[in-house]
Amino acid sequence: MSQFTGEPTLTPVGSALEVGERKKFRFDNRYVAPLFITGILLVGHLSYGILESYKKTALAIIAAIIVELVLGRIFFGKWLNLASAYITGISVGILVRSPAYWPYALCSVISIMSKYVLRVKGRHIWNPSNFGIAVLLFLAPETMAVLSIQWGNNLLPIVVIWTLGSIIIWRARRFHISVTYVVSFFLFAFLRSWITGDPWQSEVAPITGPMYQLFVFFMITDPKTTVRSRTGQCVVASCVALVEFILRLGQVVYAPIYALFLVGPAANLIEIWLDSHRQKSVLAATT
Amino acid sequence: MTPGRQVRIALLVLFLALIATPIAIKRLEARREVGKSKLDTSLALARYGFYLQEVAHASGINFVHQAPTLDHKLDHIMPQVASMGAGASIVDFDRDGWQDIYLTNSGEGSKNSLYRNMGDGTFKDMAGELGIADVNQPGTGVSMGAVWGDYDNDGYEDLFLYKWGRPEMFHNDGGRHFTRVTEQASLPAWVNANTAIWFDYDGDGLLDLFIGGYYSEDVDLWHLKTTRMMPESFEYAKNGGRKYLFHNLGGGKFEEVSAKVGINSRRWALAASAADLRGTGHQDLFVANDYGVSELYFNNGKQFHEVGEQTGVGFAPKSGMTAAFGDILNQGKYAVYVSNISEDGVLIQGNNLWVPKEGTSGDALRYENLARELGVEMGGWSWGMQFGDLNNDGTLDLYLTNGYVSADRNKSYWYDFSKVAGGNSTIIGDAANWPAMAGRSLSGYQQKRAWLNDGAGKFVDVAQAVGATDTYDGRSVVLADLWNRGVLDVIVTNQRGPLLIYKNTVTPANKWIDFDLEGTASNRSALGAEVKLFWNGRQQVQTVSGGSGFCAENQRRLHFGLGKDTQVDKAVIRWPSGRVQTIEKPVIGQINRIKEPA
Repeated sequence: MSQFTGEPTLTPVGSALEVGERKKFRFDNRYVAPLFITGILLVGHLSYGILESYKKTALAIIAAIIVELVLGRIFFGKWLNLASAYITGISVGILVRSPAYWPYALCSVISIMSKYVLRVKGRHIWNPSNFGIAVLLFLAPETMAVLSIQWGNNLLPIVVIWTLGSIIIWRARRFHISVTYVVSFFLFAFLRSWITGDPWQSEVAPITGPMYQLFVFFMITDPKTTVRSRTGQCVVASCVALVEFILRLGQVVYAPIYALFLVGPAANLIEIWLDSHRQKSVLAATT
Repeated sequence: MTPGRQVRIALLVLFLALIATPIAIKRLEARREVGKSKLDTSLALARYGFYLQEVAHASGINFVHQAPTLDHKLDHIMPQVASMGAGASIVDFDRDGWQDIYLTNSGEGSKNSLYRNMGDGTFKDMAGELGIADVNQPGTGVSMGAVWGDYDNDGYEDLFLYKWGRPEMFHNDGGRHFTRVTEQASLPAWVNANTAIWFDYDGDGLLDLFIGGYYSEDVDLWHLKTTRMMPESFEYAKNGGRKYLFHNLGGGKFEEVSAKVGINSRRWALAASAADLRGTGHQDLFVANDYGVSELYFNNGKQFHEVGEQTGVGFAPKSGMTAAFGDILNQGKYAVYVSNISEDGVLIQGNNLWVPKEGTSGDALRYENLARELGVEMGGWSWGMQFGDLNNDGTLDLYLTNGYVSADRNKSYWYDFSKVAGGNSTIIGDAANWPAMAGRSLSGYQQKRAWLNDGAGKFVDVAQAVGATDTYDGRSVVLADLWNRGVLDVIVTNQRGPLLIYKNTVTPANKWIDFDLEGTASNRSALGAEVKLFWNGRQQVQTVSGGSGFCAENQRRLHFGLGKDTQVDKAVIRWPSGRVQTIEKPVIGQINRIKEPA
């Protein structure tokens, strides 16, 4: 999920935005996303009992925090701000659906570790929870699934979540990413309906579910795992929707998770390569 | 500060090891699985103490369930909607001491069957002759299930038939004929019901009747006014059928009292069962709901109080398909099993085994789900199940059937199903929005579960090894001693499939004892009576049930396995009237017929 709160030393990219935003808020902007997602969790659970158990969610959060603390100490010699790990943990706690405990802990641990292990030129290239969930979905489908049902049957909670999420994302200057993705999703949904002959309502149905609310606001907007330029971010969001479209034609149930898993790092690697190429050009020009 | 190369390598190795963990766990669990080789009867007897052989055809039963054909507006998802109706109930309708089988059919114009146990290993369909076969005429709906209870205490079990349509009541005229008494009983004109149970909720000695609606009762599935008749949510739906509680007034008259006694629910009920969970002398009511949480109603004899969330069983919404009680840990307490849906990589609800929490009882009773810990969690798209001691070792085992729609083996409807199931109510609630199934399967061809209780807190699935190898779309499971041999045979109905009778052969080394109860002050069927058996430092409680599992009713008789023990210390019978009767050293290896003392 979103690493608005990610440790700046891990990835300098995007930190300027965050610093700018911080000045506008009375409190540290890094805590907006954790508070929002916690709010969603509490409202959803108290209203509809969305969590299988408090214990499993707590396990996911604690596992993420512990690993972040340990690896942060090892890698950076200091105790990192834990907002990022908290978001990863709580996202795992909400999205992972398993009667067993171990997938919650393992998914959190893998997610956080991926930030430290899978790095290219100092950047981690996968959204942590997207990585963890995609890996476990692939390797342990008999034990784990992802939240795929509706939270309640009332439209009001969905409207509230989309509205609040939009405001927060807009303040963080990432609204364009979410909008681009949502618009692309709808376009591709209608295209799928035309291709498959299925009712268009069935094609847009997934985006009315809670998994997408989290996906749209927290996963694809992650500053640490998307490209820098505004245009590039929109292109990446569209590409995620495009790959998801293709996967959905292939009847892949968790198409958005896998789409981001594929597109996110590809976009980052391209940007890293372009940066490197530019640096070499600059160096060549100066020498 | 940057960690050294060694630290980075160690971290990478750890990372890869963690990623490989699910594979290791999978292999470990696969090792624990019992071999899926062909049935070897002597090996099965030696290892598990029993084996099953399918003998329906050999016993003269060639029943094949027919599904209904509903309104053409549902054609594109017909297999998914017309997916229930294969029900089974056990009754000794003519009191000849042999267990008979009543089967519901669901094709328009199809016939239900009452297979009379001829006592010689064969069965004969008597339903037509007795007047309870032709109950699925177009315009009246089709059968979903049936429960038997002696509502007028004349000694013969009467029949209540619940349908997607007009429910029917038949009086048993001395085992020779049945008389339709639906109007006299003041039953509603139309209920889309998938569960009903008999129980004497107020302890007046007359059996009352609970009916749980699935689709709303104003929906005629053959003449839809609108396609907006689907559940409004996959896990939070409250637009299902209403519930009915018919209080028995005597003389064949009933009064509907559900609202008066506190049962107000429009969840999508699929199963109900009753047992005295708190030792109050009144049977509490458990309702497993599809598309939502289960409901548990504490009963004080006059009023029902829904305590599902309070007790823990009604908090996390799933897709409840069945409900049955069993003293699985031999502690004198009932656990409740609720089956749900699990499909690899799509939806892992897991079945629930609600076990009373240590130290809780009475109104403070709380449950915890131990399905995973005890090994009875993953059963595919699970439907009916029952608890019963399949190998007479003294602990209750669990038989579960499963499978939703078995069509094209190579094409799955799951993607489209999950797509819509996660949508908003405006989408999921309208059948017109559901993509066409187009011959695809949905959790089809699944392997059944015969979970054997090891007595030490673990269950192991031995279905394949003991001969339960079918992969039909199972619905009801009932257990009965069809040949009066002191073992529980397994009867399974299948949607659009044949009835299966798994004849059970149990090692003679394991002993048994049965109790056949008849109430006097209590209702004559003795529904709600409890027998607590004590032997060799062990105990087990069972209750006489008027409906348990999915569209099912087991034999009245209570069957206890004893293991190698050859003596029972005592049997304590608590009758619904409140009388407590203790039988010292009852004779084992036989059916003990006990009449409630005056």
